[in-house]
Amino acid sequence: MSQVDVPLVRAQFAQTSRRDNWWMQPLAVFLGLSTFIVYSTWAAMQGDHYRFGPYLSPFYSPELFGDPVQSWFGLKPAWIPAWVTAAMLILWAPGGFRVTCYYYRGAYYKAFWADPPSCAVGEPRKTYLGERSFPLILQNIHRYFLYLALLFLVLLAHDVWKALWFDGRFGIGVGTLVLLTNVVLLSCYTLGCHSLRHLTGGFRDRLSSGPVGSGAYDCVSCLNRRHMLCAWLSLFSVGFSDLYVRLCSMGIWRDWRIL
Amino acid sequence: MSTATFRIWRGEKGAGKFQDYSTEVSSGMVVLDAVHRIQAEQANNLAVRWNCKAGKCGSCSAEINGMPKLMCMTRLNSLPLEQPVTIEPMKAFPHVRDLVTDVSWNYSVKKNIAKFTPRPPDAPDGTWRMAQKDADRVQEFRKCIECFLCQDVCHVLREHHMHEQFVGPRFLVYAAALEMNPLDQADRVPALRQQYGIGLCNITKCCTKVCPENITITDNAIIPLKERVVDRFFDPLTKLFRVFGAGSR
Repeated sequence: MSQVDVPLVRAQFAQTSRRDNWWMQPLAVFLGLSTFIVYSTWAAMQGDHYRFGPYLSPFYSPELFGDPVQSWFGLKPAWIPAWVTAAMLILWAPGGFRVTCYYYRGAYYKAFWADPPSCAVGEPRKTYLGERSFPLILQNIHRYFLYLALLFLVLLAHDVWKALWFDGRFGIGVGTLVLLTNVVLLSCYTLGCHSLRHLTGGFRDRLSSGPVGSGAYDCVSCLNRRHMLCAWLSLFSVGFSDLYVRLCSMGIWRDWRIL
Repeated sequence: MSTATFRIWRGEKGAGKFQDYSTEVSSGMVVLDAVHRIQAEQANNLAVRWNCKAGKCGSCSAEINGMPKLMCMTRLNSLPLEQPVTIEPMKAFPHVRDLVTDVSWNYSVKKNIAKFTPRPPDAPDGTWRMAQKDADRVQEFRKCIECFLCQDVCHVLREHHMHEQFVGPRFLVYAAALEMNPLDQADRVPALRQQYGIGLCNITKCCTKVCPENITITDNAIIPLKERVVDRFFDPLTKLFRVFGAGSR
């Protein structure tokens, strides 16, 4: 590729002529993501208070091992170390989906790695590899995490169904609505994924001739335009859902029945 | 009429300093108007590139209060005039003089991108047929006025000076306009990964933010091209799927 003949000047870290509060957005992202990472790690390490009545925390769904009756495979086998909780067995999948998400990548490169700290602001490092070499080349497996995230949507929707039945009787509690809202927001986030947009027709030059027409591509594109909003709302909702179930299970909050 | 101060970079080939100019401003003025007034009344030798004054030629690109913008499309009432307004040349390109930079690197990059290669005409009269929806997708990219503000704000070029390895957002948009065109037959995907350096983009979306034509550069051009590179080089399942004929372009 062509090169420039005259050497260019490199800015110092955080050097900029910008007058606005450019540091606000990366700081907000840093605090928001850090809060979620700390809380979700803590919640995943607890290994209890993740069920209350028919509710199951999304951090622990699907429960592969644990409750002998309600988990998929019964009691945790002896070869799994005691400190490994049910959440740790599954959270890598939705976590990987978010870590490799195109929106989050741009956001955390700025907020956590200052690469760049913000647009037109000087960086702390002179070297740069981008996403073309290890380890960031692994971001290209995003679509495989998407497949898993779609599976998790089905499982979480099934949890909402189960949250409608209290001791065999139909009912709706505030917890049911919390879990339902969580699934709706997670669906808006997952179904607006850039990789899904590509797979539902974006890979074609002729959008109009896709196997399911262009309807699926249009729907995904519509959600994709709000991907950042959905990413944050669903991040909040999944954390709040766990908190709700946890506090109800601990007896701190009361789950009000609507029906 | 009120008075505002403009802090303009003066100098040649990267060397120079800011110089303050106070001039009268009135409602409706844009930054380029103020620069022209300063040029006419106080600094006749101030070098500034401009042409249409309508946001369509892409000539008057500069950094206004630190953000890449077109001078002709930045209204003074959108700036805090109680402080001096800083106007600097773009930083991703070699400085020539005052507010003028040498953007010729962009033209040499463009020559290296595979040209439009249409398939044989669809009709005997030598014309093609194209659905409106398909035309709309690439039409967005054709709004580009080549102001190179996206190139200027891209940290890969601006901070890391990787001009030899990365074509920048402008030419990823250009490649997307060709690659997604249903009439085009050329294959640019291997070049996107190697020569064009699409893996160097880390999706900060700064290019989208500064685009005066509001082209959704990252979401509609760069990420779809990244996904095409994934299809070709990183996703064995998709490769297998397409071997059996499904998912052809």
